[in-house]
Amino acid sequence: MTPEELAQVNVDKSVDARGTSCPGPLLAAKKAIGEIQSGQIMEVLSADEGTRRDIPKWCTKKGYEYLGTVEEAGYFKIYLKK
Amino acid sequence: MSEEIEQKIKELEKKVDQLQNQRKDQLSIAIISGDMDKILAAMVISIAAAAMDTKVKLFFSFWALSALRDKNKKVKGKSFLAKMFGMMLPKGKDKLKLSKLNMEGMGPVMIKHLMKKQNVLSLDEMFKQAGELGIEITICEMSMNLMGFTKDEMIDYPYLYYAGAATFVADAGESSIQLFI
Repeated sequence: MTPEELAQVNVDKSVDARGTSCPGPLLAAKKAIGEIQSGQIMEVLSADEGTRRDIPKWCTKKGYEYLGTVEEAGYFKIYLKK
Repeated sequence: MSEEIEQKIKELEKKVDQLQNQRKDQLSIAIISGDMDKILAAMVISIAAAAMDTKVKLFFSFWALSALRDKNKKVKGKSFLAKMFGMMLPKGKDKLKLSKLNMEGMGPVMIKHLMKKQNVLSLDEMFKQAGELGIEITICEMSMNLMGFTKDEMIDYPYLYYAGAATFVADAGESSIQLFI
């Protein structure tokens, strides 16, 4: 999805993991994914650039759909669909 | 037609056999080094793997056992040599040295400061997370005895086991990822 489309997305769950470095954000995402239903959308906020590459890999492994990443000032918004 | 189906079934059976013999989604690490940086690397990889639902089995041996010592536990009745070893080796994960730039302990202090500043989990927090994620830690009993350590001075950890080299070999054999640190 393009950044414009992602900006329009209704997020079911938001995880703010900007206070941790690798592997903190992935851990936070793993903990939060259990709280949403299949088909729902989650965003992960991370200041760690490695997470931007890690989350899509995690999605591939778990069968979640990685939707895209939006770059904000000093952090990333990473979107995925369970 | 029936011959064709038979052929297909045979092919499928072969594929099922192959799939069943595939290795598990499991990470095995033999951790031998007792250097802070290497223990850190092992824990970061383990936590990332566990966060991705990969089963993690760590085998701590030799110098790495220093990281599992509990600084608050005291053991009495050790032999002279065991006491000497105990005194000379780091007592717990907070006392580990760096493999490079240790600078008489200045290096680890600086690294810990930087880790805190950049929001990297401390080793203490990593072990706590590891316990919550169900990461298994097996202590090599032979090297523990060799270095004069006892079970009574090891950390309290929910999935702590004691075993020999064959356990690592068996675990690693069924793991899709094996590492040596």
